[in-house]
Amino acid sequence: MAGVLTDREQASGTDGATAPGGSPSGSGSRGDTPAPGRRPGRSGRSGRSGSGMSRMRRNDLFWAAVFILPTLLGLVVFYLWPVVRTLLISFTETGPFGGSEFVGLANYRELFGDARLWETMLNTLKFTVVALLGIPVALVIAALLSTEGLRGVRIYRVLYFLPVVTMPAAVGLIWRTLYNGDVGVINALLGLVGIEGTNWLSNPATALYAIAAVGIWLSLGTQIVIFLAAIQGVPKDLYEAAALDGAGRIRQFWSITLPQISPSVFFISVLAVIGALQTFDLIFVMTGPTNPAYPQTETIVAQFYQRGFVENQQGYAAAIALVILVVIVAVTALQFRLQKKWVHYV
Amino acid sequence: MRRTSTLAATAALTPLLVLGLAACGQSTGGATADAQPESGPVTISYGIWDKNQVPAMQKIADEFHAANPNVTVKIQVTPFKQYFTTLQTAAAGGGAPDVFWMNGPNVKLYAANQQLLPLDQTISRAKLDLAKYPEALVDLYTYDGKRYGIPKDFDTIGVWYNKALFDAKKLAYPKDDWTWADFQSAARALTDKTKGVYGAAAPVEDQAGFYDTIPSADGQVIDAAGTKSGFDSPEALQGIEFWTSLVKDGASPTVQQMTDTSPGDMFKAGKVAMYWNGSWAAVEYNGVPELKDAVNVAPVPAGPKGQVSVIHGLGNVIYAKTKHQDAAQKFVGFLGGERAAQIQADAGAVIPAYEGTQEAWVKSMPQFNLKAYVDEVATAVPYPASKNTKAWTTLQTDLLTKVWNGEVDAATGLKDLATQMNAALAKEK
Repeated sequence: MAGVLTDREQASGTDGATAPGGSPSGSGSRGDTPAPGRRPGRSGRSGRSGSGMSRMRRNDLFWAAVFILPTLLGLVVFYLWPVVRTLLISFTETGPFGGSEFVGLANYRELFGDARLWETMLNTLKFTVVALLGIPVALVIAALLSTEGLRGVRIYRVLYFLPVVTMPAAVGLIWRTLYNGDVGVINALLGLVGIEGTNWLSNPATALYAIAAVGIWLSLGTQIVIFLAAIQGVPKDLYEAAALDGAGRIRQFWSITLPQISPSVFFISVLAVIGALQTFDLIFVMTGPTNPAYPQTETIVAQFYQRGFVENQQGYAAAIALVILVVIVAVTALQFRLQKKWVHYV
Repeated sequence: MRRTSTLAATAALTPLLVLGLAACGQSTGGATADAQPESGPVTISYGIWDKNQVPAMQKIADEFHAANPNVTVKIQVTPFKQYFTTLQTAAAGGGAPDVFWMNGPNVKLYAANQQLLPLDQTISRAKLDLAKYPEALVDLYTYDGKRYGIPKDFDTIGVWYNKALFDAKKLAYPKDDWTWADFQSAARALTDKTKGVYGAAAPVEDQAGFYDTIPSADGQVIDAAGTKSGFDSPEALQGIEFWTSLVKDGASPTVQQMTDTSPGDMFKAGKVAMYWNGSWAAVEYNGVPELKDAVNVAPVPAGPKGQVSVIHGLGNVIYAKTKHQDAAQKFVGFLGGERAAQIQADAGAVIPAYEGTQEAWVKSMPQFNLKAYVDEVATAVPYPASKNTKAWTTLQTDLLTKVWNGEVDAATGLKDLATQMNAALAKEK
């Protein structure tokens, strides 16, 4: 804020003598640590006049608005307006070339009566649960990587982070070949130990878990980096005190590391759940309507895409989008409620 | 950092958005008024999706310009994956190209929503003789009795086979007049479990699959008016069981195997002996040195109704809201003529639709029996389509995959499919 104010003073050419006196927000705190060059004017105007202040206040508000505008515009145009428009479309039957007809709640009635909605919802839920299983894995790896004196930490970090900067579409294609039932590497390896693999991605019993595993592999890097940063922020003296009391490495992890970094764990779990509820790209690349396991893997976002962009039912698709929004908001709110029980803010 | 990026994004995307909103505001409605010749030079745009065909299209555009110095044609290429999404958005906003490529699954959608100009005037002005094109293609681009597209090229379906695998089993190559029984027995004879070789591939495939066998059994996928499903007939069942029996007997890989590795790749790798594929495949196989002389093609085998292939082809259409109707009509008239077809034939990428110009394509890859594809035109049926084709092709894939997989028996699955497809067709507007 202070930097912004300084910028505007310079930009607008107001001299330091008059500007800070009328500043509505920063005047009190700035009085204690005087900015060089402003001090004389400030002390000279200790008794502010009412009219001067409101003029300055208006001036400040104007510039505040100027600085907020781009972000606000971005938010309104790219977030709020699309949401409102989606809501409006969900009450219509919109043709492929525009031109819509108001149909009230018909889309929602059809949606909730459609067995496909509940199937895709269940698939999405399974993805979410499996995605959450990735968090403990990331935690353990992060804890191991923060071991004192471990060699080559940077290399490990890069290796684990690499999937994050790779295109999900490319990742999906590569894993498809790995999972291939006839010529895939995974089945070749399993064959070495005498296990007969399956067609992982087209077997309805395994496809969802095979894809979710790739999802975990993809997001592990981000999670590890955030956990590493959090672990490094835990005060060393806590560990020293615990060691003096005779706590071993594992006890230290449970009693010090985990509670100390619980806000990060919470943050990651919120992101992971939202990400999993929006699973689409991997499904799109690794399966598809011609896959016999598609009914068991199609997520709700994939169903949205199918209805809206393949079958030209924009109104119905908009209704699905809003259901997804409501589900995500509800689940996230639930997580925020539950966090009180296990997240420790220092 | 965050603020900067939002700002930059806002700055960069604002013009796009304004365009998008403007697009939403437009209403639909076709212009059918007579074309008024314009004075002065005009430029019209020509939307296409295949960059391999740009040289031929450019040559056509240049010759057209030479004959009509007032009209310049600008070719716009959009990759097929985005072509119809982009086109739909552009058409909704009033900004589609003046002339563009259209295909079978989409033409009725565009025609029914008044996005295309009826071409009666174009045809009469350019004195085009519709008898010069395959009848099934002319029908494909006809909606409500009006012509909306002039056929540009076509593709039919044939059976590609691996000669070495036939030789290994001392089996004679498929003849031009072979039958379903010949195909089925060959598929079983060619299958060699120990070598991982399958006699045929029977994927859940429409165009190079049950869209051919159902009419070969005298059934239909959809009625001529595009309003009623034909899947619940005994003939359709025959056309489907043609394929499912191959999977059941192990003469074809399973659906799961073909999901993991595409049957086309299996054929190229010599793991599948016979593979149904369109005429477009010839260029691809001709380009692979190991395949060039190892494979050949036969016509589809004759079913109860005889040899019936589905025929599909692109059409040149005019955007209903074009600002240069006169120039667009002249150009489409030229595109529909013999000269434009000859240019395409010489380029070799596709089979031109105009009668008598196919010979050059047949001769371009002499080691293949490409005549099979051209001869099939006489008995070919149009590609099944309705106003919102995608709505029921999705059902088709969903339900037939279950039939192929053995989850549902064929008769029940087809009855289900017909019911759901009819419901989807009833919703079309």
